Amino acid sequence: MTGWIAYYSILRKDMRSYYLKPPNISWGLIFPLAWTLMFFVRSETDVDVRTLLPGVMALSILFGTTSMLAVTVTFEKRGRSFERLLLAPISLELLMWAKTSGAVFFGAVNAFVPVVLAAFLADLSGVIWWQLVLAVILVAVSSAFLGLLIAVCVKEVFEAQTFSNFFRFPMVFLCGLFFPIDQLPGLLQPLAYLLPLTYGADLLHEAVQSSGRFPVAVNLAALVTFCVLLFWVSLHRIRQSWIG
Amino acid sequence: MGDTMDAAIAAKRLTKYFHDVCAVDEVSFEVRDGEVFGFLGPNGAGKTTTINILTGLARPTSGSLCILGQEVTGNIKRAQHWMGIVPDESNLYPELDGRENLCFCASLYGMRWREREARARELLEQFGLTAVARRHFGAYSKGMKRKLTIAAGIIHRPRILFLDEPTTGIDVASAREIRRLLAELNQAGTTIFLTTHYIEEAERLCHRIAFLVDGRLVRVDTLGNLVRAVQDKHTVELSASGGLGEMRSLLRDAFPNEHFEEISDTRVLVRTDHPLPLAPLIRLLEQHGIQVTEARVIRPSLEDVFVQITGLELARMKNESSRS
Ligand SMILES: Nc1ncnc2c1ncn2[C@@H]1O[C@H](COP(=O)(O)OP(=O)(O)OP(=O)(O)O)[C@@H](O)[C@H]1O
Ligand SMILES: [Mg+2]
Repeated sequence: MTGWIAYYSILRKDMRSYYLKPPNISWGLIFPLAWTLMFFVRSETDVDVRTLLPGVMALSILFGTTSMLAVTVTFEKRGRSFERLLLAPISLELLMWAKTSGAVFFGAVNAFVPVVLAAFLADLSGVIWWQLVLAVILVAVSSAFLGLLIAVCVKEVFEAQTFSNFFRFPMVFLCGLFFPIDQLPGLLQPLAYLLPLTYGADLLHEAVQSSGRFPVAVNLAALVTFCVLLFWVSLHRIRQSWIG
Repeated sequence: MGDTMDAAIAAKRLTKYFHDVCAVDEVSFEVRDGEVFGFLGPNGAGKTTTINILTGLARPTSGSLCILGQEVTGNIKRAQHWMGIVPDESNLYPELDGRENLCFCASLYGMRWREREARARELLEQFGLTAVARRHFGAYSKGMKRKLTIAAGIIHRPRILFLDEPTTGIDVASAREIRRLLAELNQAGTTIFLTTHYIEEAERLCHRIAFLVDGRLVRVDTLGNLVRAVQDKHTVELSASGGLGEMRSLLRDAFPNEHFEEISDTRVLVRTDHPLPLAPLIRLLEQHGIQVTEARVIRPSLEDVFVQITGLELARMKNESSRS
């Protein structure tokens, strides 16, 4: 019980202190909007909203989650308030899950902004909703854990942000959201399979347009594996270098 | 040494290396349940590192640790519920107000909403912070920050309270106030482990004091015993209304075995190797028409002890390293 009271309290504090601040809320709304508009403006032919939807959703989640961990973790570590959490009688697993839950929630909510927009522009009746929700949650969790790993590997907030971009931009282009993986240069193709977002994007494509390349089970298994791995490495890193 | 079973903290040969720097070197001590235990030492002695090891923010390179009778080496989480920690720098959340900070800290220890609200109110009252309860922590003065950090450390009623330099950088009145609060807490049964640079603080608060120099524990004892150990000389100060200056040679002739250190018109300082009988001295002065108004035994202070012990230790270590 101690654990869950602490969990809820940490999540609530992060929500109030970071996520529900006006700049973040507007960022969460403007960002997906901007991406959607960009794709509409760019394409000369009639765009199919449903073709674009998985990509815009994935970007919203990726950018919404990874950037927040630099604040909730690196920033608090810098200000030493993180020590308070490390000294609390709750397991490190639960603590880090509490610190990432806010980002997962924020990313997932961001993902549904373009869905709401798309609902006005296109017919979404063919969407497999349970798969979409599952995909959003898994992409959000794996992105949050990627953000966590970056956040625990650096000392300064700006380093966390720089590193996030170092991972995010290549990932967006390699994961098959905008260019199919088999059209990538041969050397880059194996790299695509090492990115969690590749499987997340595939799951989103499958859910929205039934156009996934891999079986759903493979995507789910790959995403879960990435989540476990990223979380485990992050925790290991904290144990090694933060509990000196 | 007491029985390990009823010790609040029992540390055995704790050692901590940061790469090749030895911050804590085979430190062993016991803190008894209900006592105030002071860790005294110069900058860089390893006090903060020791607290970090005891509370779980650092892992010892070697050594073992028992908290309230439980072996917690390598798994300190199970003892963290009993501990309250007040770090050397206030580390509460600047964007939350005083009450929110306290409630948040309480929730980390599993306290429910009603209970933590009530406890926060009680502590704000006790620490004189009720008027600023709704002010952001970031806007608190240093003294207020310190008090709220201590309040946050005890909100879950810990059995052992760790404080790292609780009064450093605080004005005299606030420091006194904090000491009073700590003494009250201790009377209510909380075991206190504190580090300090202030001899006076250790003297007022601590039942037992440990001296740490360069990562090594050089002495652990009660204040009385520590002082007695350096008291190899007895010093007595006599005061009179005047005329003592003229008695200089007379006194030295009459008491050839005593060492008269300072003689002014109104004051004389006598230092001896043995307890000094005062009656003959006072009688002699009275025979010469001098009224002795005060006789005072001067005891060495903890500061003398500190300088002597740490000074000796530093000198010894310098010798050792120059030899090797
Ligand atoms: N994280 C660290 N990495 C490397 N060295 C460290 C680290 N923490 C402490 N040290 C070293 O360990 C030694 C003891 O430091 P510590 O902070 O424990 O001293 P202290 O007694 O608390 O000093 P002060 O009175 O200045 O607070 C110092 O030499 C310090 O430089
Ligand atoms: Mg220190």
